[in-house]
Amino acid sequence: MEKEKIYERLNKVFRDIFDDESIVVTAETTSNDIEDWDSLEHINLVVAVEQEFGIKFNMNEVTTMKNVGEMVDIIISRISK
Amino acid sequence: MKELEYPFDVNYLISNKRKIKKQLLTKENLIEKNIAILGGSTTSEIKNMLEIFLLNYGIKPTFYESEYNKYYEDAIFGNEELDNFNPDIIYIHTTNRNIIDFPTMYDDEKNIDNMINSEYEKYRKIWETLFSKFNATIIQNNFEYPYYRLLGNKDASDIHGRTNFITRLNQKFYEYANSTKNFYINDINYVSACYGLDKWANQFYWHMYKYAMEVPAIPYLSFNLANIIKSIYGKNKKALVLDLDNTLWGGIVGDDGVENLAIGPEVPSGQVYSEFQKYLKEHKSLGIILNVNSKNEYENAIAGLNHPAGTLKPDDFIIIKANWNPKNLNIKDIAEELNLGADSFVFVDDNPAERQIVNNYIDGIATPEIDVPENYIRIIDHNGYFEVTNFSNEDLKKNELYKDNAKRSQMMATFDNYEDYLISLKMKAEISEFKPIYLERISQLSNKSNQFNLTTKRYSLADIEEVNQDNNYIKLYGKLEDIFGDNGVITVVIGNIKNKDELHIDLWIMSCRVLKRNMEFAMLDTLVKKAKERGIKTIYGYYYPTAKNKMVSNFYDIQGFEEISHDEQGNKTYKLDISGDYKNKNNVIEVEE
Repeated sequence: MEKEKIYERLNKVFRDIFDDESIVVTAETTSNDIEDWDSLEHINLVVAVEQEFGIKFNMNEVTTMKNVGEMVDIIISRISK
Repeated sequence: MKELEYPFDVNYLISNKRKIKKQLLTKENLIEKNIAILGGSTTSEIKNMLEIFLLNYGIKPTFYESEYNKYYEDAIFGNEELDNFNPDIIYIHTTNRNIIDFPTMYDDEKNIDNMINSEYEKYRKIWETLFSKFNATIIQNNFEYPYYRLLGNKDASDIHGRTNFITRLNQKFYEYANSTKNFYINDINYVSACYGLDKWANQFYWHMYKYAMEVPAIPYLSFNLANIIKSIYGKNKKALVLDLDNTLWGGIVGDDGVENLAIGPEVPSGQVYSEFQKYLKEHKSLGIILNVNSKNEYENAIAGLNHPAGTLKPDDFIIIKANWNPKNLNIKDIAEELNLGADSFVFVDDNPAERQIVNNYIDGIATPEIDVPENYIRIIDHNGYFEVTNFSNEDLKKNELYKDNAKRSQMMATFDNYEDYLISLKMKAEISEFKPIYLERISQLSNKSNQFNLTTKRYSLADIEEVNQDNNYIKLYGKLEDIFGDNGVITVVIGNIKNKDELHIDLWIMSCRVLKRNMEFAMLDTLVKKAKERGIKTIYGYYYPTAKNKMVSNFYDIQGFEEISHDEQGNKTYKLDISGDYKNKNNVIEVEE
């Protein structure tokens, strides 16, 4: 899957979760950029992303992920397997 | 909202809860409740999910949420915020993660007994402290099974096993529940089993976020909890409306003939329908009314229901509609004949097109998405339509009561004069101040009555108990029986005494089973009598319109009250001067006080 396509699908997930149609995520997006993105909402986001792409993150990945770009890298590595 | 009925799409709910919430907040007639969540682990998403499920049931919650794992401190020591919050419901979300002291192989029997007792006593103290502080209902989780078994299979039977320990502790919780009013168990032991314990206990969520179950399991937990709460506030469904062909039996009776229907023990497809019929029939013992709504010739429908292998017989149903009318129209007729709102029906039909039509035309009706016969029971059962909280003996007799009503209608047809008909019923009423044995039923009635309800004020059992204790109230219930049977407690009036000689009527409700029997006049007669004994000079009545209580918009006019004010919303205030003589209005019911 192309990176672009992944960002498109991620965008949809973010917009649903935070109920905000104006969100556009980029590789640099972090929780500081989205008001409602706190640690509790983070877990819901992770669950939704897992469902969207049919993958599972492991604990290590979730704790070290720094921005959306790193999340996308993990998604790509999973899907291409 | 279909998305909030079982089976639901968990991912959709978690991703779209904000949108769903916004949409549900536009619903009318939401009742507001304060819910305190005292958690032994993270509760954030449990609260979010609970909120949308409750909104879907017409309940708008305001939450208090304890700090992480502060359930014990909040309950025992309290805090100002919780005290001021004044909860209607307190939900204690504890799990086996909160059991600190599990037995080990080194403990002897006496030690382990002590451990069970001290764990139980901790909770009992929590409940008793909360009950002493708040006029609230408590909902307590039981414990789910542990996610590993150190002793293997012996973990279940041996006193050193965690599985055994949890089973015994749960048993003690149940004993408390069985002997305590306003206390309910949220059975996470069962919910986690249905969900799959290994998935439920996914440790990722515990170590990452201190959730005691995986996040995708939370909608199931919250839905289960919401069902208890909506049941407490009288939002259960009341009747089943059933299709016949391919719903109660396999095949089409009109085409295939009775002898060729799949029902009975011979073949698997017959067995599955037999079991389904048994399941449906069991609902009668809960007071659920069974009805038929089928596109069929009437004779064929009856012939099918008389199939020798069938469990459900024509006599098990109150109303059988077997005709070629659109099903939504039949449902409206059934609702009218039963005097029940169609939104209290569960319509069971194997045909998705019929379900959709009914769903489109009838607001609030449940149309479970049954797919194949072997899933019918699970899908209906897991929706919790008939969640039992306050079960009263009335419920056992409910089907008979509706049968009796059908007989009354037949008899009415033989009289030209309505009063003659009423006299022929030889009605006897018992009207008196509340008695402890009826409090449960009174609370139930206050939550179920929508049409004959002047103020639509709801009373939980705890509220009713408080009114009962308070001498500033005149509180009457009425029972009515006649030649066809006993209707039980069917009406309640609660009046609040203010300024010494004023009585303000907070609640006047009556079950629609006994409409037009002049019972309301008998109630007023007794109310006036009791009020005079207490030195009341004026009775004030209030009418607050809702979507459902138009039937009583002129109630106080008919009772001889004088309207003293009304506002733009249609809220009306009335008064009745009883300082002089009062002439009794009822002359068809013999009243015993």
